[in-house]
Amino acid sequence: MAEQLVNMRVWRGDAAGGEFKDYRIAIGEGQVVLDVIHAIQAHQAGDLAVRWNCKAGKCGSCSAEVNGKPRLMCMTRMNTFAPGETITVSPMRTFPIIRDLVTDVSYNYQKAKEIPAFKPKPKEADGTRRMYQEDIDRVQEFHKCIECFLCQNVCHVIRDHDANKPAFAGPRLFVRLASLEMHPLDTNDRIELMKQKAGLGYCNITKCCTEVCPEHIHITDNAIIPLKERVVDRYYDPIAKLLGLFSSKNK
Amino acid sequence: MAEAKYETHEYDVVVVGAGGAGLRAAVEASAQGAKTALVCKSLLGKAHTVMAEGGIAAAMGNVYSEDNWQVHFRDTMRGGKLLNNWRMAQIHAQESPDRVLELEEWGALFDRTKDGLILQRDFGGHRYARLAHVGDRTGLEMIRTLQQHAVHQGIDVYMECNLQRLLTDGGRISGAFGYWRESGKFILFKCKAVVLATGGGGKAWKVTSNSWEYTGDGVTMASDVGADLLDMEFMQFHPTGMVWPPSVRGILVTEGVRGDGGTLKNIKNERFMFNYIPDFFKAETAATIEEAERWYEDKRNNRRTPDLLPRDEVARAINSEVKAGRGTPHGGVFLDIASRRPADYIRRRLPSMYHQFKELADVDITAEPMEVGPTCHYSMGGVRVDADTTATTVPGLFAAGEVAAGLHGANRLGGNSLSDLLVFGRRAGLYAAEYCKKFAGTVSLDNDQVDSYAGEMLAPFESKGNENPYTIHADLQECMQDLVGIIRTEAELNQALMIIQQLKQRSQNVKVEGNRHYNPGWHLALDLHSLLNFAQAATLAAIERKESRGGHTRDDFPNTDVKFAKVNIIVRRKNGEMNLSQEPLPEMPDDLKALLEEKK
Repeated sequence: MAEQLVNMRVWRGDAAGGEFKDYRIAIGEGQVVLDVIHAIQAHQAGDLAVRWNCKAGKCGSCSAEVNGKPRLMCMTRMNTFAPGETITVSPMRTFPIIRDLVTDVSYNYQKAKEIPAFKPKPKEADGTRRMYQEDIDRVQEFHKCIECFLCQNVCHVIRDHDANKPAFAGPRLFVRLASLEMHPLDTNDRIELMKQKAGLGYCNITKCCTEVCPEHIHITDNAIIPLKERVVDRYYDPIAKLLGLFSSKNK
Repeated sequence: MAEAKYETHEYDVVVVGAGGAGLRAAVEASAQGAKTALVCKSLLGKAHTVMAEGGIAAAMGNVYSEDNWQVHFRDTMRGGKLLNNWRMAQIHAQESPDRVLELEEWGALFDRTKDGLILQRDFGGHRYARLAHVGDRTGLEMIRTLQQHAVHQGIDVYMECNLQRLLTDGGRISGAFGYWRESGKFILFKCKAVVLATGGGGKAWKVTSNSWEYTGDGVTMASDVGADLLDMEFMQFHPTGMVWPPSVRGILVTEGVRGDGGTLKNIKNERFMFNYIPDFFKAETAATIEEAERWYEDKRNNRRTPDLLPRDEVARAINSEVKAGRGTPHGGVFLDIASRRPADYIRRRLPSMYHQFKELADVDITAEPMEVGPTCHYSMGGVRVDADTTATTVPGLFAAGEVAAGLHGANRLGGNSLSDLLVFGRRAGLYAAEYCKKFAGTVSLDNDQVDSYAGEMLAPFESKGNENPYTIHADLQECMQDLVGIIRTEAELNQALMIIQQLKQRSQNVKVEGNRHYNPGWHLALDLHSLLNFAQAATLAAIERKESRGGHTRDDFPNTDVKFAKVNIIVRRKNGEMNLSQEPLPEMPDDLKALLEEKK
C-alpha cells in the first residue's frame, strides 16, 4: 500500500485556553490514531503532549475523544475513517486540561483512596484459600478494568457538572466497589459509603459508561445495578422497615 | 542552598519506578517504618508490569504436586545457561510461592483449579505447569493489587515525575534529582536510600515490546554514580511479537498461547521446532511430533513439545526459518492455536490476545494462525546487586526487578519476571529500610552538583544546534536493531559503537521547541542520555563476550566457550569512561550443584 496523506485536527492548548490545529501527515498500513499523533510529534510538533504506554489496549493511558467519540487512540484504526475525512482529536472533556491531549485525572485517584480496602476473612482450617472459578468469574470481569477513565469521561453526572464531583465516585469506582463487594473473601461493608459519599443514587443507568468501555465490562448491568439493589435492600426494604418499626415499638 | 532553590522533599527511602518491583519495594519499606516515597514517570498503574500477560512462576505444586523449589531452581539455572547468580535463583525459587499467596491476601483473584486453588499454566522452560495467572492479563491483576495496597498504606506517590540523576555524598547516596512532567519544574529528593525499580532499556531497539518508559534510566543513573553493571550483553528477544501490520510490529504475543496448546509452523506448514532442539535440552524434550502430541494429553509420561523450549532457543529458530526463506509473507512464522483448541477455550484463556489480533490485525485467532516474529523484550543484564539484600556496589543504592542483573543469567524464563519483581522488590524495600535504621551521620547535598544537573537538563532549550530528539532516537533504534540484534558479529558491534558515539555527539546539539510545560520532545531529549548509555554498555559487553550463550549469539563465535561459562562481564564507569572486566561467577555450593546434575 502506498503512503497516504491524512488531515488531522488536534486540540492544542492548556488550562488558559487553546484551539484546534491542522496537520497533514503521511500514514502507513494498519496505523492507529496514536501512531499518527506520534508521527506529528516526530515531524511537525515535537512538543505535542499526549499520554501513552503499551500501545496495545492494556494500560488505558491514551484516552481521548476522536471525532467526538471517547476512544483509546491505540485501538482506533485509521482505516475505520472515510478516505479524505478530517479526523479530530481532542482531550477528554470531563477532566481539567493540563496540556494538549493530556488531562488532570487526579479526581479518579482521589476517589479510589476513599474506598475502604480489601479485608479478607480468615483462611480455611488447612491454611488455604479455596475459591471456585464460578464464584469469581463475575469479579474477574471487573478486574479487567484498565483505568482508562473513559467511563468517567462520558458519565453525564460529572461530564458537564463539576459541582457533582465531590459527591460522586463515577462508574470506574462503582466497578471497583462491585469488585470488592462481590469478592468471595472480603468482609468490609461499603454500603453506606455507596449510598452517601460515592453518590450511587445519582446514576440513572443510561449505560453511556458501558458503551464506551474498551474492555467491554458490563458496568451498568453487572456492577451498578447490583450495587443499587444492595443499597435498596439495606435502606428501603419494606419488610425490614416494618420489622424495624415493630422492634422499635417493643423497646 | 539547593533545598531553597528547588522543590525539595526529605525521605528515608525513595523508590524510583512503580511497576511490580517498585510497588512491592515501597510497600515493604513503608511497612518497616521507613518514610517512603514512590516516584514514577507515568500515572500510577500504567507501568510496564501492566502489560505482562502469561503469569507468575512459583512452585506451589497446585497442578503437579511433584513441583518444588528445587525443580524451579534447576529450570531457572538451565534456562539461564548456568550463568545465573545461584543464590538469587535459589531465593527466587524458594520465596515466590509466598509472594503469590500474599497477593491473594491483598485481593488478587487468580484463575482456579477444580479444587479451588490457584491454577498454574505451562510455560517455556518450566518442567511443570507453574505459572499462577489470570487469563492473559496477569500483570494487570498484579499491578492493580499492589497499587491499591500501596495507596491504602498511605505511601506518598509522585506521579509523572521523572528522576534523572542520583546524588551522592562521600560515595554514598544522598538524594535524587529530576523534574515534574506536567510543570517541567525541578524536584529534589534528599534521602538515605534509593531503590531503583526502573525496568530495562528495550526502547533502544526498533522492534520492541517495550513502552516509551524503557529508556535504561536506572542502569544509567547507577552507572553514572559508579555502580557496577553486569551481563549487559544479554538481551532477550521474545520469540513471539506481532509482525503485521507494520504499525503493531513488536507488540507482545504471550507465551501462554504456546503454553495453552499453540504450535509454531513455517510457510510449508512444518513444525520446525523439532529441527532446533539443542543437545542441552534433548533429554527433556519430545523428539517427534507424535510424542509432543501425546504430551498435551498426558504430561507425566511424555516429554514436552519443543515449542516450549526457552525463549532464546525459540527466537533463534524463528530467525533461522525466516532467513532460510521459510517465513510468512510478512517475515514471521505461524503460531497456531485454532487447530487444537475450540474457540470458546481460546477466548476464555487468551482474551486479550483474541482482542488484540481482532482489533489491530483483522485476524481471528480462534479460526486462523497468528503471524509472529522475535521482538526485543527484556534485559537480563543491569545493575549488579548483592543476592540477599539487592544492595548495589554504591552504599544506599538498591535495585530490584529488570534493572537488576543476576537472577536470569544469559536468558530469562517466561513467568520468572513477575516473580522476580515480587521476591526482590520486597527484599529491596526490606534492606533499604534496614540500611536507613543503621544509617549514621547526616545527609547533605552538593549544591554545585545539583545546579550543574539542572543546567544540563535545560540545555536543549538553549541549544544553538538543530538536532531533533525524535530523529536521534529513531537512528539509535535502527542501529541497535541492525547491528546489536539477535545474531551479532564483532565487525557490526564495532560499527554500532561508532554510531553510538556519533549519536552522543549529535545529542549535544538537540534543540527542542515549546516550553517546559508537559513537553514530550524535551522529555525525550533528556532520555537520550540514558538510552545512549544503555546501548553503549550493552554493545561493549557484547564485544567482550566472544561466545554464544542465551540471549547473546555471536555469528563469529557460534558455540559456548568453557572459559566464558565461568565469568560475568562487568561494565564500570571511571573518570567518565566505561571500563570492561571479567569477574568469576560466585561458587555454587555442592548441594545445589547436585540439583543441576540430576537427570530428568
